[in-house]
Formats: sequence, structure tokens, C-alpha cells
Amino acid sequence: MTLKNIIYAALTGAMALSGSQAFAADTLRIGVEGAYPPFSMKEPDGSLSGFDIDIALALCAQMQRECELVEQEWDGMIPALAARKYDAIVASMSITEDRKKMVSFSEKYYHTPTRFIAKKGSDIEFTAEGTKGVRIGLLRGTTYQCYVEKHLPNAIVSLYANQEDVYADLASGRLDAQISNSIQAVDGFLSTDAGQDFDFIGGDLDDKACLGEGVGIAVRKNDPLAAELSAAIEAIRADGSYKAENDKYFAFDIYGN
Amino acid sequence: MEPERTFSDYLRSFSEGASPLDFMLVYDHLDRFFYGALVTLELTFLALALGGLLAIPMAIARAYKTPFLNPAIWGFTYLFRGTPLLVQLYLIYYGLGQFETVRESFLWDPLLSSPWWCVLIAFVLNSSAYTTEFLRGAIETTPAGEIEAAKACGMSPFTRMRLVVLPSAFRRALPAYSNEVIFTIHGSAIASLVTVQDLLGAGRWLNGRYYLAYEGFVTAMVFYMVIVFIITRIFKLAEKRYLRHLRARDTADPPALVAQP
Repeated sequence: MTLKNIIYAALTGAMALSGSQAFAADTLRIGVEGAYPPFSMKEPDGSLSGFDIDIALALCAQMQRECELVEQEWDGMIPALAARKYDAIVASMSITEDRKKMVSFSEKYYHTPTRFIAKKGSDIEFTAEGTKGVRIGLLRGTTYQCYVEKHLPNAIVSLYANQEDVYADLASGRLDAQISNSIQAVDGFLSTDAGQDFDFIGGDLDDKACLGEGVGIAVRKNDPLAAELSAAIEAIRADGSYKAENDKYFAFDIYGN
Repeated sequence: MEPERTFSDYLRSFSEGASPLDFMLVYDHLDRFFYGALVTLELTFLALALGGLLAIPMAIARAYKTPFLNPAIWGFTYLFRGTPLLVQLYLIYYGLGQFETVRESFLWDPLLSSPWWCVLIAFVLNSSAYTTEFLRGAIETTPAGEIEAAKACGMSPFTRMRLVVLPSAFRRALPAYSNEVIFTIHGSAIASLVTVQDLLGAGRWLNGRYYLAYEGFVTAMVFYMVIVFIITRIFKLAEKRYLRHLRARDTADPPALVAQP
């Protein structure tokens, strides 16, 4: 190969690269997590799967957009959206007033209750008085952080970067209790070997200001993408593709009322 | 007349207007950062103090090639200097916690179940490994003349170590030690990864609570910078005091010794 050929090859290579970048601008980049089964998890080969992932792909198919999944750890989810690492978040993010100050949301695509988990038969009462000195673990930057800091000021709170670490410390006894999405907790912890001695304590928690009214798709503030996504959610609810994904994971309709 | 504005009013109008960062939130939660700074300093200095105490006998054993001890300590320092501090912390925190026997042993309840103790153990081991190696270097480079002089005075090996070798080695190790101190402060930031609310933990708490990208980190950064600045100053003063015998003497105006005719 002569020098001239090498230069030509490099130039055409660079052109091909810039061409593919122009194409990439049209693809919709979706921020997802990977440590929140059954909503998002990593397969042994490193690929992502889960309800959030499948819903994201179903919405892309419905909107006839090319999509690229971008993985992001939970506690940097909204900052990375603002930094344009992706255009939408499909990661079980509850729609709350606090978050609406930073991002816009589509309509909800599912809704599940939030509950506490502790050792089976535990007599912890999840009130301000009952949790004095109780060690509670939770995922940083969640609706649970809002709930616990508001309602349980006397608890000793530990913040984690992903949900799996919370379960690990609950199982090892570093924590007395944890708070999270009840459906996720069954799949990610209670039905596993490590979660055998644990159970839900107390009923569904109720505080709309903190916990929100369902899980939506977050986009940058005032991005018209939110309305597009809401329409797509409605469409996949209507044409049965939502139900197909739902039935892969749950025995009931997770959309809620 | 315009009513007088307080500092927080200024901060609020600045945050809402010109600034891309919300300083008001930082100001409201400044107490968390001060508390976090306290945790960071506490961990750093305990790690350095305990690590230093462990390092002195290990460095002596290494420098004098004590049989059996020397290769064992070499292995220890190689292991802890050759692997990332983060991996060491994860192994102690998540690794040991996996084993039923560890969880039921006497070590679990006060020590290994607490993130703070896990962090301290990892830091002490790591810091002692680094300190051992540069202290060994300082001991090995003790000028032969100082030792001969000590011997000539009839000092026992122990007295020689206590009064001559170690004081002189500590002085030579001082510049390297200031690096180790700063390195340990920076390294201490990983404590927040196992839920310890240190300085970075406070920053991450703020970012998590209000879904921010920068404010918490920027504030933590400023705190780290101030701490490191103060510590470098202290070491500069210490070097001036304890290494003054190494400074070039002022020869600009030598006394006139030439005999007058």
C-alpha cells in the first residue's frame, strides 16, 4: 500500500465516520439502568433485558424510530439526561413534583406500590417514633429518599448507588430494613435465596407528594418528545403490544388504575 | 431607601439569576458538608496515625532484612500497593460480609458490620503499606557516618535506632509523607461508595436529593481544596523547621577574613 492509498483510506474512513454520526442524530437515545430486575437487568452475555427495556423497544417500534439504549447508574440518571447523553429515561422513574422541576414526563406507563422490607416477623413500626435508631437502606436519588427523610427523621439512613447493594447489606445484617418498589423487591430479593428470611412489613405507603403517581418516561424540560411518548404509550396499550410485554413478566396488569 | 440585603438574599438572587449553579441549595445544606468534612478528616488522620504506627516496625524489619519478616512484609506491601484501594475496600466490605462464619464471629458486630470501620481498616492497611516502603528507603539511606558516630559513643542498637536512625529518617521522609497525607485525603473519597457520609457523600446526597449534576460535587471539591491547601502549608512549615540543616546557607555577605596589610 502506498502512502497515497493510506491517506485516501484514512480520509474515506473519516468521512464514513462523520456520516454515521449525522445518522446517529436521528436515532433516539434512551437512558436505562441495569440493576433493577425484573424491570432492567443484565443477561450473562452483558445484554440488557427487562420490562423497562422491552417497553422502550416497543415504544420505539410504535414511533418508528431507531433507538439506542444507553446504560447509566441510577444516581446519575437525571444529570446525564441534562448533559444530553440520552434523550429519554425509561428506568422505572416515578413522576414526582420534585423531579418535574428538572425534567418533563410522559404519562405513566406503570404504577406499583412502595413498601418496607425487614426480617420476617419484625415488629418495626415505620413511624417517626417506631424507627428511632433503625438502620434503613435505600437507593440514592429516589422517591424513597424523599419519603424516609420526610416521615422517618429519627432513622439511620444509608444511601446506595444501586438497588442490589441495598439488598446485599440487608441480607448481611448491616441494615434493619429497606424501602423500595414492591414488585421489584419480590423479583430482585424476596424470591431469591438471600431474601428467604425477609418479608414486607406494613402495607403500601401513601404519600403522593413524595412517591408520585406512577412511573413515566423523563425527557429534558419542555421537550415535545414527552407528548410523542405519551401517545405511543396509549397506542401500545390499545394494540396489545403492552399486554404482550406485561405478560412476559407479571401475572397481573402492572399499568394500575 | 433600599432595605439592606443580607448575604443569603444576595445568594438567592444570584442563584436564581446569573448563576448556572444553585448556590442557595448548597447554602441551606452547608451543615452536611461541614459534618462530611469532619468525617473525611477523622478517617484520614486515624488512618495515617494507625498506619504510621504499624509502618515503623515493618519499615525497620524491611530495612535490616530481618529473616522471615522481610519477605512477609514485602508481600504485604506489594499486595496493598499493587491493587486499587477501591478493590481492597470492596473486598473488606462486600467480600467478607458474604461469609456466614464472618458474620457470626466476634469481628462482625462492632467492626465489620459498620461501613465506617470497614473503611478505616482498608485505609490503615493501605496507608501502612505505602508508609512502610518510603520509610524503609529513608532508613536505608542513613549516612554511615551518623551510625559510626553513634557506635563510637557506645549507644546500644536500640538507643541508636531511637536517637539517631529514626529521627534522621523521619526528616528525610517528610516530603514524601506530605504526598502520602494528600493521597490519603483524596483516596478517602471512596468511603462514600460504601454509604459513609463523608465529604463526597454529602455532595452525592445533595445531588441525589435534588436531582442535580454539579452542585454537590463542586462544593465537595472546594472543601477538599481548602483542606489540602491548609495541609500543604503545615508541611511547608514543618519542612522549614525540621529540614533547615539541609538548606543552602546564606553566603551573600561573608565576613571579611582577609588579613589587612
